[in-house]
Amino acid sequence: MNPEIILHAGIATGTVLLFAAIGEVLAERAGILNLGVEGMMLLGAMAGFKMSLASGNPWLGVLVAVAAAGVLSLAHGLVSIHFQADQVVSGLSLTFLGTGLALVFGEGLTGKSPPLIPNLDIPLLSSIPFIGPVFFDDHSILVYFGYLLAPLTWYYIHKTRPGMHLRAVGEKPEAADTLGINVYRLRYFYTFLGGCLAGLAGVAISLSVSPGWYSAQTTSGQGWIAIGLVIFAQWNPINAALGAYLFGAVRRAILDLQGPRTLFGFTNPLFINSNWGFFLQMAPYLLTILALIIGSRAAMRRRLGAPAALGVPYIRGERGL
Amino acid sequence: MYRRITLSMLLLLLLALAVACTPAATPAPAAPTVAPEATTPPPAQAETVGGYQIPTIQEGKYNVAFVYVGPHDDGGWTQAHDQGRIYVQDNVADVHTAYVENVAEGADAEQVTRSLARKGFDVIFTTSFGFMDASEIVASEFPDVDIIHLTGFKANGENFGNLMGAMENMKYAAGMLAGARAKADGNPRLGYIATFPIPEELRLGNAFALGAQQTCPECTVDVRWIFTWHDPILEKEAASSMFDAGVQVVMTGADTPAPAEAAPEGKWGITYDYQYNCTNPRCLTSMYWNWGPVYARIVEESRAGTWKGGWEYFDSDTGGMGLSGFGEGEELMPGVASLPEADLALIRETYGKFLSGELNRFDVFKGPITDNQGNLVLAEGVSLEQADLDGFAQFGSECKTCMYWWNQNVTAELPSLE
Repeated sequence: MNPEIILHAGIATGTVLLFAAIGEVLAERAGILNLGVEGMMLLGAMAGFKMSLASGNPWLGVLVAVAAAGVLSLAHGLVSIHFQADQVVSGLSLTFLGTGLALVFGEGLTGKSPPLIPNLDIPLLSSIPFIGPVFFDDHSILVYFGYLLAPLTWYYIHKTRPGMHLRAVGEKPEAADTLGINVYRLRYFYTFLGGCLAGLAGVAISLSVSPGWYSAQTTSGQGWIAIGLVIFAQWNPINAALGAYLFGAVRRAILDLQGPRTLFGFTNPLFINSNWGFFLQMAPYLLTILALIIGSRAAMRRRLGAPAALGVPYIRGERGL
Repeated sequence: MYRRITLSMLLLLLLALAVACTPAATPAPAAPTVAPEATTPPPAQAETVGGYQIPTIQEGKYNVAFVYVGPHDDGGWTQAHDQGRIYVQDNVADVHTAYVENVAEGADAEQVTRSLARKGFDVIFTTSFGFMDASEIVASEFPDVDIIHLTGFKANGENFGNLMGAMENMKYAAGMLAGARAKADGNPRLGYIATFPIPEELRLGNAFALGAQQTCPECTVDVRWIFTWHDPILEKEAASSMFDAGVQVVMTGADTPAPAEAAPEGKWGITYDYQYNCTNPRCLTSMYWNWGPVYARIVEESRAGTWKGGWEYFDSDTGGMGLSGFGEGEELMPGVASLPEADLALIRETYGKFLSGELNRFDVFKGPITDNQGNLVLAEGVSLEQADLDGFAQFGSECKTCMYWWNQNVTAELPSLE
């Protein structure tokens, strides 16, 4: 068991959650709760995999994955923004729709090996002790993109004018409307962006982190964890990235901890009784449930910084809730 | 309104999470699909039960249904069964076959199996360990339906039987292969991805370790428990976990070809279940099942009324299993072809004896065998008995030397069962 290896693997697998969670942060900041992340991810994973296989170019795969999931998210936008329907129901149906589409079009892809997104070492940085091997050595290009995405998104949301509009639309859409901000258009846009990032998360799995197409098991519930992570992260992209890496590292630690007979001079409980691994496997889900329970209390939500108009359809001309 | 939405959101999410956490279940009940028989599509009046579409029978044919734990094209365990289904469809006269895939173990399995029985299927194969109790219950409700459960230990002597084969023979041969490879590479460490601590997984892991001992006495075997049959991503992570820890060859007891895909340059994986899933250049071989002939025979017997639900455990001389690359017309994978000639000859010889029946499962588990606690499990020349291969005393097995030990070269511990 080597902490460098666990963190390295955690960052690679965590990147999937990072994209999905940041996408959801953007959508929720605009007031749109999209529970369809799992479906969009799976569609992205399938579309990217299939495109890379057909064209021989993994980047075309990424493009198609992002576009496919983005377009799928517009279905949620149409239902919840245009028709002002319940976002929970619409989001859940989006999961079913995305999963179904992915499985139908993904038929026969198992066992195929398309070209993958290449891994890179960053020169100089990768020779820093500990930090180099963990962060800058033999990672997918998408992982490095993740390093940039989190701070850039934070900056965008908190320090730029369009970011302020985004927050306004999610906090008090009627006020934003009176300022001449087009609430509908922005909500569509960020729903779409959230979908695109979910698609990127999906293709990060199928063409990079754990290459392959394994039907619904390709995403195996990570979309749900990403949604929980958003609350856990208090709608802050930096926190979302840290949480994503943490969850990734926990996933890997459960396995690596089974290896050594002793840990820091003590008998390793996981070596003696591997059943303890069950509890560690539960950890991400327990944290997610905890985050959701906290996030479901209105007072608590406000303290956590939830967008005030999250999940509330905006109807122009009616008084806000 | 606001409050209600958040509460319902929470409830739905918890529900979805509960489903998503279930091993071997798909995250969404919409996922399971039904692909009817290979040749002609059936009438489109399939019924939906608990999110699973239940196929219909064809009048005038002998109707055979399969309940799968994973997707039919998983490249492993379930795909091997689906090959068997297609074999039955193509080789048995007047049959109609259908399947339901991605069925969660437990209550879902019972519902699906019962619905298939109610639809009028004559034979139902339930192909995962966790379908055992569901199969038993449905068999008692439908005495005219023959239910064959795979890899369990229950039967009722009438219409409910269990079926398994001596895959330990192939695991043993693959262990010899892995040992020879690791020795040739100068890194005597092997790895085993284990699913659940049940007799089957310990038996197969021990067979692998015993085989490795033949070609590489100094080899050790690491173990990673993943507590699921079908999670390709987790299987890959478990393989990576061992490769990163310094293991040279990883063998899997779970359902997918993931380990070979996780092998870095210069290291090797051994895949399981499906003959054609050893395609990665870093794959050595696949220990595969060939269910078709076995299934065809059972279906014929069932139609003739001679099949009785018992406890069937076929050995490798039936042709029900093999090692890919070693068959007629098959080419050895590069990692095998480059092994020292003496090792390769020994492996070929042993494999040939397994297929001819000269060696069987009782030769795999023949003393002297010492466990990794230093106890003598079997004295020189003594073999395990059938009950020992597949039982824990705690679950009412009549085993004397129960399958709850690790061979001496395995670096892992088993928790106390008390």
